[in-house]
Amino acid sequence: MSSLFAQLEIRERTDSCVSDNGFCPDWIVDNFDRYVDPFFEHVYLTVVAVAIGFAISFTLALIAYRRRRLINPVTQVTGILYTVPSVAAFFLLLPLTGRGTTTALIALVAYVLLIIFRNVLTGLDNVPDETKDAGRGMGLTDRQLLWRVEVPLALPEIMAGLRIAVTTTVGLATLAFFAGAGGLGGQIFADINFKSNVVVAGGLAVLLAGVLDGLILLAQRAVTPWTRAVAAR
Amino acid sequence: MNISDSAQPPGPSPRPAAATLEFREATKRYPGQDAPAVDALSLEVPAGEICVLVGPSGCGKTTAMRMVNRMTEITSGDILLDDRSVRDRPPAELRREIGYAIQQIGLFPHLSVAANVATVPRLLGWDRERIRARVDELLELVSLDPHETRDRYPAQLSGGQRQRVGVARALAVDPPLMLMDEPFGAIDPINRERLQNEFLRLQREIRKTVVFVTHDIDEAIKMGDRIAVMQKGGKLAQYAPPAELLMYPQGRFVEDFVGADRALKRLALQRVRDVDLWKAPLVRVGEPTAEARAKLADSEVRYPLLVDGDRRPLGWLSEKGLLGERVEHQLRSEAKPLLELEDVLRDALSDLLQEEAQYGAVVDHRGAVVGVLSIEILSHALRTDPDEVPHGADAAT
Repeated sequence: MSSLFAQLEIRERTDSCVSDNGFCPDWIVDNFDRYVDPFFEHVYLTVVAVAIGFAISFTLALIAYRRRRLINPVTQVTGILYTVPSVAAFFLLLPLTGRGTTTALIALVAYVLLIIFRNVLTGLDNVPDETKDAGRGMGLTDRQLLWRVEVPLALPEIMAGLRIAVTTTVGLATLAFFAGAGGLGGQIFADINFKSNVVVAGGLAVLLAGVLDGLILLAQRAVTPWTRAVAAR
Repeated sequence: MNISDSAQPPGPSPRPAAATLEFREATKRYPGQDAPAVDALSLEVPAGEICVLVGPSGCGKTTAMRMVNRMTEITSGDILLDDRSVRDRPPAELRREIGYAIQQIGLFPHLSVAANVATVPRLLGWDRERIRARVDELLELVSLDPHETRDRYPAQLSGGQRQRVGVARALAVDPPLMLMDEPFGAIDPINRERLQNEFLRLQREIRKTVVFVTHDIDEAIKMGDRIAVMQKGGKLAQYAPPAELLMYPQGRFVEDFVGADRALKRLALQRVRDVDLWKAPLVRVGEPTAEARAKLADSEVRYPLLVDGDRRPLGWLSEKGLLGERVEHQLRSEAKPLLELEDVLRDALSDLLQEEAQYGAVVDHRGAVVGVLSIEILSHALRTDPDEVPHGADAAT
């Protein structure tokens, strides 16, 4: 796969635009298939990392929501994971998990835990007390209250957390090639001095972040119709 | 009275009898607090009656109510619902059989009005058709248009509409007992009175046993069949029907709490139809004067009341109208104030004072005169225990 010394390959063609290091549409069209595989690696890293991160932190948040004394420890641990710089995490993990996608995913997952955990918990905590009281008073069990009332009402915050997590992860995944997991970052660093290359690879990352963010936003609107209900005329 | 049950419209659900409720030395102690929140509360609520728990804030009234459906667990003593201890029942199951309405309403903001009302029916696994029919029936019962409100979200309703949905939701499975914690507390005074009246009208139909919590003694007097006045420390100060509470408040605390104007408050307890009215000397134009004079002699009223063919009042007849052989249209004054059978005595008194009148004609809902109410009758009503006065519109003989 791509390596740090790939620039020799990339600029092998010697048309004037490329040798002048300009923005070269022709070169981009000819070389676009170089970016397809890294792009999908990037999508994979982002989606899988956020999905796993969501599963873990959502579960943690549900548990901590009922057992409040767990909130601090979970926040501290995920907080530490959040602060470790990703590149450092990749290198720290190398001796344990070796180079590859797994290493990258572990670091990326570790990074989103705090974001999602905090948002889920905030969402649940923001459910009005009277709503919970009414639900319990009508005979909903704790489980029914959680899944029928509390989680649905926390969805706006949960989805907001997912959006932050996804956009952040798209950015961080550009460093995943340090762990040997490929992605658009590999392409960017393949020739970071070549404008056309950086524009295409970077642009794809930005585009991916935008598209994923938009998709979650659409999903959020679909599952929270009540938030757009306008007051009675 | 219970015969009227058969006249109720047939609903999709059979109407279970209202439950009896009994507090037996029910006590709630919170750990770390010396004084109990509710102290050995004992009282019985007969089936189909509204029991109001009233008292200043911190008197334990809400806690007492919440012990009934185990939202707050009893520390000692017991609460019996239809002679069965609430402690023997799993809380969730118990709560589904008890209507629950709170001041903040607590509608689910993410669910439509219909889904909110359907909460408990869904928990009980009713089928879709039955739920739909019941939701529409309930919305109509609380004076909401099902077509217009069914699919709205709570945020799209006015405060009063939300309150109604809250009551409909609490009534969804026709529970034999309703718990209502200041259900009209957050509503402006005008709508509040309307909701109170609507609920009383509703209650005449559904005859639930209701535990109603409020801090407002006027609301308690208006809503309650029985009133439990509670004081600090969760102690029951007095438990009595409103009239008795106002006539014979026990102790300084209750006396202060019901207020210095308790005599006047009692007038709000009775309606014009509840008291013995004077017979009105009704005369019609063209009637023989002798007959009119006979009617006048038979009545406490000093002037005959001229009415039309439908017994609607035209005015008080002057002496001149009786001079001829037949009654003539000669009025000394208009028939003001005009009182209605459904007026509470306090309003009737206010109308009389407003017109500086000693008495006023009373009309039924069609506007026909049924009798005369006087200041004298009112002062008599103030002296007697309202419960001794025969109820019903045709008490006047």
